Amino acid sequence: MNIRTFSIGGIHPEENKLTHEAVTQVAALPKQAIFPLSQHIGAPAKPVVQKGDKVKVGTMIAEAGGFVSAPIFSSVSGTVFKIDTAIDATGYRKPVIIINVEGDEWEETIDRSDKLETVEAHPELTPEEIVTRIKNAGVVGMGGACFPTFIKLTPPPTAKAECVIINAVECEPYITADFRLMMEHADEILVGLELLMKGAKVTTGYIGIETNKMPAIELLTQKCAEKFAGSPYTVEVVPLKQRYPQGGEKQLVDAVIHRQVPAPPAIPVNVGAIVQNVGTAFAVYEAVMKHKPLFERYTTVTGKRLKNPGNFLVRMGTPMQDLIEACGGMPEGDNKLLAGGPMMGKALTSTEVPICKGTNSVTIISDDEARRKEPQPCIRCAKCVGACPMGLEPYLLAKLSEVKNWERAEHEDIVSCIECGSCQFTCPAHRPLLDNIRQGKATVMGIIRSRAAKK
Amino acid sequence: MGKLIVSLSPHAHGTDTVERNMYGVIIALMPALLVSFYFFGLGSVIVTATSVAACVFFEWAISKYILKQARNTVLDGSAVLTGLLLAFNLPSNLPIWIIIIGALFAIGVAKMTFGGLGNNLFNPALVGRAALLVAFPAQMTTWPKVGQLGSYLDAETGATPLSIMKEAIKSGDASVLDQLPSSLDLFLGNHPDGAGAMGEICAIALLIGLAYMLWKKIITWHIPVSIIATVFIFAGLLHLANPAYADPFSVILSGGLMLGAIFMATDYVTSPMTAKGQLIYGVAIGFLTVVIRNWGAYPEGMSFAILIMNAFTPLINNYVKPKRFGEVPAKS
Repeated sequence: MNIRTFSIGGIHPEENKLTHEAVTQVAALPKQAIFPLSQHIGAPAKPVVQKGDKVKVGTMIAEAGGFVSAPIFSSVSGTVFKIDTAIDATGYRKPVIIINVEGDEWEETIDRSDKLETVEAHPELTPEEIVTRIKNAGVVGMGGACFPTFIKLTPPPTAKAECVIINAVECEPYITADFRLMMEHADEILVGLELLMKGAKVTTGYIGIETNKMPAIELLTQKCAEKFAGSPYTVEVVPLKQRYPQGGEKQLVDAVIHRQVPAPPAIPVNVGAIVQNVGTAFAVYEAVMKHKPLFERYTTVTGKRLKNPGNFLVRMGTPMQDLIEACGGMPEGDNKLLAGGPMMGKALTSTEVPICKGTNSVTIISDDEARRKEPQPCIRCAKCVGACPMGLEPYLLAKLSEVKNWERAEHEDIVSCIECGSCQFTCPAHRPLLDNIRQGKATVMGIIRSRAAKK
Repeated sequence: MGKLIVSLSPHAHGTDTVERNMYGVIIALMPALLVSFYFFGLGSVIVTATSVAACVFFEWAISKYILKQARNTVLDGSAVLTGLLLAFNLPSNLPIWIIIIGALFAIGVAKMTFGGLGNNLFNPALVGRAALLVAFPAQMTTWPKVGQLGSYLDAETGATPLSIMKEAIKSGDASVLDQLPSSLDLFLGNHPDGAGAMGEICAIALLIGLAYMLWKKIITWHIPVSIIATVFIFAGLLHLANPAYADPFSVILSGGLMLGAIFMATDYVTSPMTAKGQLIYGVAIGFLTVVIRNWGAYPEGMSFAILIMNAFTPLINNYVKPKRFGEVPAKS
C-alpha cells in the first residue's frame, strides 16, 4: 500500500476515536428548532418566512443573502415561533429563526426512498444543472468551514480544475461522523463524487483517508473498482499516514497530488484541485438526486466522561443539550463544550447552541483537560517551528503580535497561518502561541484590506 | 451542572513540558557523569556537587531577591543542567571557591542578567568556563590524570590529547603524535595515562546521551552531526596535507568536541530556531573549532567556537527562514 502524507510539519495528537464502532442513530426531533441565519462563510441568509407561518421539512426559510451565501431550509415541520436573536457558536447573540415543532411533515418534492440513483439514469443532469441544484439546496462544505459548495465548482477564469479530492481524512481527534457515513453510505458518496466531477467538468477523482480507518479504505477501494471500471472517470482511494492537520485543504492537496498551494490569496483550484468533504459529497447526492435540501447531517457526540457517546443523524437546529441528554447528560463538574474537535473546535458558552451545517461533532472535554496549564517562559526549543505545517515560525509570529509589530508580522507571512494549533499543542512551555498569532493575523489582514481599498 | 469553560482552540495539548526536556538532557548526561566518577573518583564528586549546588542556589536567590520573579524557575531543571555542564568542563582538582565563582558567572552574569530562562544570549555553562579560563589560567589548563580515585586537590596532572596535538603542530614533528592514545581507546575512554576535563574523557558515554536525546525527540540531529562532520572533514584535509596535524578520528574523539557538539551547542536558548540555521551554525562551529585548536593560543577551541556562534544566532534567526509551504520562486 502506497501511503502518502503532506511534506512539512504536523503533529500526532491522541486519537480518542471513542465512537468508531457506534452505528449511527437517528436523533429525536427537538421541541423547538433554532436556525442561525449565518451558518456559512459569506453574507447571512435573509428570512423569507414570518412569525406564524407554517413550514414543512425542507421548506426554504431564508434565501441566500449575496453571491457568497447559502439558503437555509427548515429541518422540521411546524410554526415559525419568532425571528429573534440567540447565542450561536461565536458566543454572540445572532439573528435566528425559531420554529415550534409540530409533527414531521416533509415537502412532497423530496424523494424519501432508499433507492440508489445513478448519474447514467439522469441524462438531464448537465454540469450547469448539477451546480444549480447544489446551489439551490444550500449545500456548503460540511467539514466545518462551510464555504458554499457551488462556488468551488465554478473556479475563476484564471484557474483550471483538474481533479476533485474528497476529504475523508477526519484527522481531528474524537470525531467519527465521516467514518460512519462512509461505512453506511459508500454508494451514495461515490455517486456524489461523480456528480462533483461532472459539475466541475473533470474526470479524475481522489478520496483521501487516513490509515486509522482501514475498513473505510477497503470498502471504498472495492466500491470504486466496481463502479468506475469502464467509465470515463478515474477515481483512486489514497491511504494517508495518520498525521494532523492532514484534513486541512492545503495539506490534503499536497499529500494526495504532491502540489503545494501558494500563499493566500491562492486557493487549491490554482493548482488544479477542488477539495470537498466526504459529508459534502453525500449532501450533493441527496440534493441533486433526491431533491433534498441540506437540513440534516452526521454528527458525533463524544467525550471521555460522557456515558454513551455516539454518532447521530441530526436535524439542524436541534439544540446540543438534546443530544447531550441522549448520550447520558453532561458529566459532573466543569466541562468544555466544543462545536468540532479539540484541535480546531469552538468552545461554546451555552448548551442551547443548535447543530448547524458545519457541526461535525459535539465534543465534551472534562476535568484537567478542560483547563490550560500556566504558561512558562519560552525556552526557544524550536519545536513549534518543526510542527508548523505551513513552514512558519510560530514563536516569532506570536512575539511580533504581542509587541504589535504588524509590519514585520506581515513580512513573516502571518496571513499564511491556517490556525491549526499544532504549535500550541507542541509547546512544552504551554504558551498561548495561537491566541497571539490569531490576533496578529486578523490585524494584519485588516491592514492589507484597507491598503487595497485605498488604491 | 458545573460551569462551561471557554477558551480558544486548540483544546488539546501534547505531553511535552519544559521539565521533561531539561530532565531529559540530565538523564542523557548520566552515562558521562558515571564515567567521570569512575575515572576521577572523589574529585569528580566534589566538583559536580559544588557546581550543581552553587548554580541552583544562585538561580533561586537571584530570581527571588533581585529579579523578584513571581514564578521561580529553580525547579525546572535548567539550573541543575547548567551546573552539570559547567562541572563537565572543569578539571576534577579545581578548588571549591573557584567553582563557586564559575557558577556565579554562569547563572548570575550569563543567564539572570539577561532576564533568566529563555533570554540569555550565551550558553551559561560556557560563559562560566570562559571566565574561569581567563581568571585562573593555571588551574584551568592543568588536567588530572584518570584513575586517582581517592584524590582531589592533590591529584597528579598530565598531558591531554589536545596538548599533544598542539605540540605536534608547533614543532612540525609528526612523531609527537605517537603519544596519542588510539582512536578506539579515546572512543571507549580506555587510556590509563589520559587526562582531561571531567565530561570529555569517554566519547561513547556522550554518544549514548545523544542517542537518548534523539530518541526522546529532545533535540534534532542537525547541530551535533553538522559540527562533527565539519570537524572531521576539515581535520581530515589538514591531516592529508601535513601529517603533523592529527588524524580526523583522534580529533573528533578528543577534548570537548563531543561534549560541546552534543550538549553545549544544542542548548535550546542559544542556538538557531530553524533546521537550516542550525546547519549553518553547526558548520561554523566545526570550522572555528579546528581553526582555534590548530592556530589559536589555546589547545581547545570548542567552547570559544560555540560562544562566538551564540553571538551570531540572532543574526541567523533573522535571515534564515524555513521553507514556507507553497513557496514558489519569485517571478520577475
